[in-house]
Amino acid sequence: MKDHLLFIGKNILRMILLLAAVSIAAFALMTISPIDPLQANVGQAALGSMSQEQIAKLEAYWGVGTPPLERFLSWASDFLRGDMGVSLLYRQPVTSVIAVKLANSLWLMATAWVISGLVGFLLGVISGLKQGTWIDRIIKGYSLLIASTPTFWLALVLLMIFAVWLKVLPIGLSVPIGLEASGVTIADRIQHAILPAITLSITGISNITLHTREKMIEIMESDYVLFAKARGESTWSIVKHHGFRNVILPALTLQFASISEIFGGSVLVEQIFSYPGLGQAAVTAGLGSDVPLLLGITMISAVFVFGGNLIANILYGVIDPRIRRGGKRS
Amino acid sequence: MKKMNGRILTVVLFTAAVLFLAGITIAGQIYADEAMVTDFSRKNMPPCAEYIFGTDWMGRDMFIRTLTGLSMSIKIGLLTTGISSVIAFVLGTMAATMGKTVDAVITWLIDLVMGIPHMLLLILISYACGKGFQGVVIGVSLTHWTSLARVIRGEVLQLKEAPYIKVAQKLGMGKVRIAWKHMVPHLLPQFLVGLILLFPHAILHESSITFLGFGLSPEQPAIGIILSESMKYLAMGRWWLALFPGLLLVFTVVLFDVAGESLRKMLDPSSAHK
Repeated sequence: MKDHLLFIGKNILRMILLLAAVSIAAFALMTISPIDPLQANVGQAALGSMSQEQIAKLEAYWGVGTPPLERFLSWASDFLRGDMGVSLLYRQPVTSVIAVKLANSLWLMATAWVISGLVGFLLGVISGLKQGTWIDRIIKGYSLLIASTPTFWLALVLLMIFAVWLKVLPIGLSVPIGLEASGVTIADRIQHAILPAITLSITGISNITLHTREKMIEIMESDYVLFAKARGESTWSIVKHHGFRNVILPALTLQFASISEIFGGSVLVEQIFSYPGLGQAAVTAGLGSDVPLLLGITMISAVFVFGGNLIANILYGVIDPRIRRGGKRS
Repeated sequence: MKKMNGRILTVVLFTAAVLFLAGITIAGQIYADEAMVTDFSRKNMPPCAEYIFGTDWMGRDMFIRTLTGLSMSIKIGLLTTGISSVIAFVLGTMAATMGKTVDAVITWLIDLVMGIPHMLLLILISYACGKGFQGVVIGVSLTHWTSLARVIRGEVLQLKEAPYIKVAQKLGMGKVRIAWKHMVPHLLPQFLVGLILLFPHAILHESSITFLGFGLSPEQPAIGIILSESMKYLAMGRWWLALFPGLLLVFTVVLFDVAGESLRKMLDPSSAHK
């Protein structure tokens, strides 16, 4: 137990260090940017017609002129107190902007993550069991094809088919247009999230399927499976007792490590479906030079990615008795 | 297909893929000027015999535009994978050979780059470079080296402990000679395959970041620009603007995958007999 805690503690410490580094790196990247926030948001023409005082006021608002180190330190100390500053575009605290967007995105990403994980795992197991048959070929071909398909194009094609041609699903946004917030039903929300969620799931499947397939083939060719066959165990029993246990660990790790991919996919998908989530906010912040918001989103997403990796590491110990025992011995 | 020797088939596949990709790149280069030609007498034409991909709202031939865009993507892909694989090779070998501290720092660096979601890091870097061509190239190069660096680090670590390297050391061979005679021949195939398999990712990410508006400027006929423009016309039923360029992009990426996989089969001695 003590080893367990030590292991988790070490990993958490590592995560905090990495997060600090992420914040420094992200801040440095935004500081060296040659993009002038005034030019990007106010425009050359408007700037030309403004008085010197107005420009100075705007410069103070967008933080032009303050030394970078000073800005970073004040941002970091605020961040530690839970204050991520004020979003320049939304004119609201970054925390509340992110809270709203994250709630929207979380729906989407969690659904896609679970669906792609389960379906991908099952397809991988089936494909690995039936290696060389037409089922295997279809599954493998599908996975390879999807791995080569850009997420945003897939989203466009689905949009074209379901929203423009068949008109069965709405074209975008997370709620119907022109409706008060109180009038939005759960059904509306689900209906608007179907297409983005399906797109994300479809793209997420390929990686885990291919990986599980490889592992499954390896296991089916192993000596212990050969012996199990010789004992007369049925295929289902072999899969249940020898297949799943060995294949689920790498699959889980992969799935937790794929949070970063799903997040990247959601940036594109949300942009296309105009779904007001974290990804779309990141694009808006990047195009509009909203440094506090972009920093906040980077930190939040990094927390999710590192958190996923941490969970994968801990799960290793829970599922695999070898790692658990190995920890005790050393 | 059964009649052909597997190895010959692989070689044929590889050559075909490479030739086709080279063809797209060169064709795009040659027709680069024609891609910009606007002709309002032929605007918004659905695909037909003369314009097989149709034309857009400015009467530009979509087939030629797509070719030029893809050629641009392939060139950026070549450049970025080149840079990224050099970074991967240098950092990977450094991590494996230069002691614990260097190893820890580089592993940590890999974790750091992998910790920020790929798309977000691309947005950040592109923003830092002031968007545009430069931002795309630097962004894609700096984000794709991690997995290859890990592979190389693992390989070198394993190699260092391999019996034949130990024997060579005992026989008094110099470090440089061991590296050149025994390590490079083992590493090179894996490095090459890893490099080619980076292409698809590089191209996909380049088009994605351009699609989002952080990459190449709208005047350039990049594939990401074409697709993001097509989005505006989707609701009007101009499906060909999005469908064909995307299909050709997928095809290109698949070809790179085919090339990489067949090269791996050719170089991997354990599958030589298959």
